[in-house]
Amino acid sequence: MSQAYTPGLKRKEETLIRKTRMLPIPGKIIVGVGDTVSLDTIVAKAETPGEPEIVKVCANLGIDPEEIEKYMVKKEGDEIKENEVLASYRALFGLIKSDCISPIEGIVESISAITGQAIVRRHPKPIDIDAYIPGKVVEVIEDEGVIIETYAAFIQGAFGIGGENHGEIKVVSDSPSDILTEDNITPDCKGKVLVGGSMVTAGALKKSIELGVNGILVGGIMDKDLTDFLGYRIGVAITGHEKIGLSLVATEGFGQMNMLEKTFQILKRNEGNTACINGATQIRAGVIRPEVIVPLSGYDVASLRSSDEGPSSGMAPGTFVRIIQEPYFGDVGHVSNLPSELQNVETESTVRIVEIELEDGRKVMVPRANVEVIEE
Amino acid sequence: MSGEDEEMSYILATDVGSTTTKARLFKYTEDNEWRYVISGEAPTTVEAPFEDVTMGVRNAVGEIEELTGLSLLSESGIVTPHSNGTGVDLYVTTSSAGGGLQMTVAGVIKTMTAESAERVALGAGAIVMDTLSTDDKRRVFEQIERIRYLRPDMILLAGGTDGGTIRHVMKMAEIISSANPTARLGRQFELPLVFAGNVNAREPVKEFFGDQFALAIVDNIRPELEVENPGPARRAIHELFMEHVMSHAPGYGKLMKWTDVDIMPTPGAEGMMFQQLSKLYNDNVLGVGLGGATTNVYSVFNGRFVRTVSANLGMSYSICNVLKETGIENIVRWIPFKIDPTEVINRLRNKMTRPTAIPQTLENLLIEHAVAREALRLGLAHHKFLARPLRGVQVKGRDIGDMFKQISFEATYLDMLRINWIGGTGGLLSHAPRRVQSAMMLLDGFQVEGVTRLAQDSVFMMPHLGVLSTVHPKAAVEVFDKDCLVRLGTCIAPRGEVDLDSETTIMTMDIKIDDGTVMEENVQAGTIKVIELEEHKKAMASISPAKGYDVGAGPGHTFDAEIEGGVVGIILDARGKPLNLPEDEDARIAKLIEWNKALDAYPERILER
Repeated sequence: MSQAYTPGLKRKEETLIRKTRMLPIPGKIIVGVGDTVSLDTIVAKAETPGEPEIVKVCANLGIDPEEIEKYMVKKEGDEIKENEVLASYRALFGLIKSDCISPIEGIVESISAITGQAIVRRHPKPIDIDAYIPGKVVEVIEDEGVIIETYAAFIQGAFGIGGENHGEIKVVSDSPSDILTEDNITPDCKGKVLVGGSMVTAGALKKSIELGVNGILVGGIMDKDLTDFLGYRIGVAITGHEKIGLSLVATEGFGQMNMLEKTFQILKRNEGNTACINGATQIRAGVIRPEVIVPLSGYDVASLRSSDEGPSSGMAPGTFVRIIQEPYFGDVGHVSNLPSELQNVETESTVRIVEIELEDGRKVMVPRANVEVIEE
Repeated sequence: MSGEDEEMSYILATDVGSTTTKARLFKYTEDNEWRYVISGEAPTTVEAPFEDVTMGVRNAVGEIEELTGLSLLSESGIVTPHSNGTGVDLYVTTSSAGGGLQMTVAGVIKTMTAESAERVALGAGAIVMDTLSTDDKRRVFEQIERIRYLRPDMILLAGGTDGGTIRHVMKMAEIISSANPTARLGRQFELPLVFAGNVNAREPVKEFFGDQFALAIVDNIRPELEVENPGPARRAIHELFMEHVMSHAPGYGKLMKWTDVDIMPTPGAEGMMFQQLSKLYNDNVLGVGLGGATTNVYSVFNGRFVRTVSANLGMSYSICNVLKETGIENIVRWIPFKIDPTEVINRLRNKMTRPTAIPQTLENLLIEHAVAREALRLGLAHHKFLARPLRGVQVKGRDIGDMFKQISFEATYLDMLRINWIGGTGGLLSHAPRRVQSAMMLLDGFQVEGVTRLAQDSVFMMPHLGVLSTVHPKAAVEVFDKDCLVRLGTCIAPRGEVDLDSETTIMTMDIKIDDGTVMEENVQAGTIKVIELEEHKKAMASISPAKGYDVGAGPGHTFDAEIEGGVVGIILDARGKPLNLPEDEDARIAKLIEWNKALDAYPERILER
């Protein structure tokens, strides 16, 4: 029998994290295997080709494209400064003259006698890749990147925004059910990663930006608050590119949703420690979930299991799961039975189901497609 | 391979989808016909940590082995030919894993060569990420930035008519070249580029690009303004897809060796079956593949085939893009109970973040069906934008009357009154708990008019049959007709707006069923009803619409048509086309409940609460 796929989210109090830090294009690796890095250590560098600028030489000079070579001052491969003459037209002993100047500094890449245009390319731009997490370099992928290992608490969220960020954890809610509002955001939150409860308001997000908060971890967020905050409505769950100054991770989903008690407790225990967070979410084949990594010290990493060993191995009696559709959306419990026969649900669809014993002792039946494994 | 070898007894087909790999087994029966036997499904294994699609194919085929007792797999792949309970005689497959074939297209003029290039790429089964042209209102640096950002699997460049100036198409070539785009699979792979423009630009293009791209030069897609020539470019796209894209995707090298037939992009194969439906009945067809991430719309109208893909309209991954495009008001208007729109949005957001979840409650089922209506509506609007006459063509013999009707030269040629068949496929439509629910979604989403037969794919096998039809058309057609095509029935819907509460008769009809039964119907404005007529049973209907209403013979004129039964029956839809729902919330909900009850579309408990 083939293995049924059950999506899962990881929540580990202590685990070995392996992070691959890759350059977008081949470049130079700065560190070596065995090096200890901090979260802002530059581990790899590369140069991206500069942006091109297409210059309408013939249109500027009033000549035909086939004449272009005759009037070019610079040739292919030449360096050129901004506002330097690229091509020049002179007639009638210099009485009629016009110049075509380069709008940018760069290198003349091509000159076309068909289009009458020249392409000037800017100088390459450097890219630096930092370590993102403190730890040890365990592998170097030649010209491409490195793998860093660290021992950490690790929590995957359901949805997030904003890219990589870090800061000291500060718990600002008393319980996982509290709403994180503007009143919770005080000047001492600057540079911190704040832990809220069931929801964060748009007002709290705006104030966080004003005060320089680096990250917010909460159970849920209302769509309206997110849209108000971003200024636009998200269409597909591909995030992480937002330039908003902070990263947000919703551990449970949309709406007011209590953060799971244990998740809240893990974060509370780590108050004062540095959290490396990434709100980037990609719900597509090859899913990327937002994450919280809290590096821990004093462990022998070689003896520990990695958090990215692969996908969940599926459900069995006892597996801890979260229900991801109404009528029990957000409830958690343990699998108590996996009946093999198909059953009817309220919609009249006939599906494979799973029986779950919720934390309050109730037993409920839901389609197997409607649970996600919480991997601990 | 002979292709139609009647010695064959078993055929296996798979579709390697973005999330699920679907295997279907077909058998040549004692009745001397090909029939569908059974399905097996398993998660697709294109991503890490597996990165080998053949593992998912093995798992899906393994399910078929378990269910049939046949032994189909060996160490080296699928066992062929069939012999004594082992193997199959033919194995074919389609694929849309990893997002399918993603292309960037470019032409010179937006509404002419660029539009033709877009149609050609879509017809080949691609998702068009962007269409660039010299007049697309973007500045050159913006176009360059866009090309660099996209990372397509392939580029199609068109432009210019044969013998015309080459300057403009060369300018597009310069823009593409200077952007130096990277293939989606990585910089180490050569990015394929199909040039299908002005014949005089071939040599300059070849010289200019050098070895920057894997260049294929084919006949111009617009050799003359009045002619669109999609064939050569479409074939080149398929070849390059196999040679440069599929062969580099994880595990495809192995999968290609398992099958004797080229792997086809899923939408390309799906489109072939809608073309088959049109051929089978010699009718105009409108088809839709409503998926989780994308909505594909196909039309075969007066012999012309057009496919469009709305890459960000779908029912799971892209459900919130439907919300974004249409607005919450347009979704909530289809829900037959009161619910806070904020709550609906949060639920859709949660479906977006957990796209594999399915509705367990009737409330959520109805919310998804409301979204589906809007996805269909938007998908068709997008389709109509490309299903239109060639632009830039000088219309000869235009008189002054035509000049005043200029819009008609620009608008779609699709006339819903002339669409004879509407077919649906995709998870949501195929898995709707009651077939009448799919029929209602198609009626509302597409605003079906006139006399239209409705059908749907039984268990999602149209792509499988599409690729099969390239080598064994007999098997593909037989299975399609007998096991794939579920006839929902025929819808009769007069064109024209109605006052939902007027209680006036807007259509009368006589229906003579093949068994001799005769029925008379008076249909009141604002109502919908169904007359039972089983699948494969036919009847003749003489339909007389009231003044101002049209069912196919002109406003107020009687239209005689053959109609066909189905699992739903004959639907008489007098709610008005276009349908204008009441603005008052209570009145709107009352009407939705009345219509859903009339068709027994959902359990009464959700409609009566």
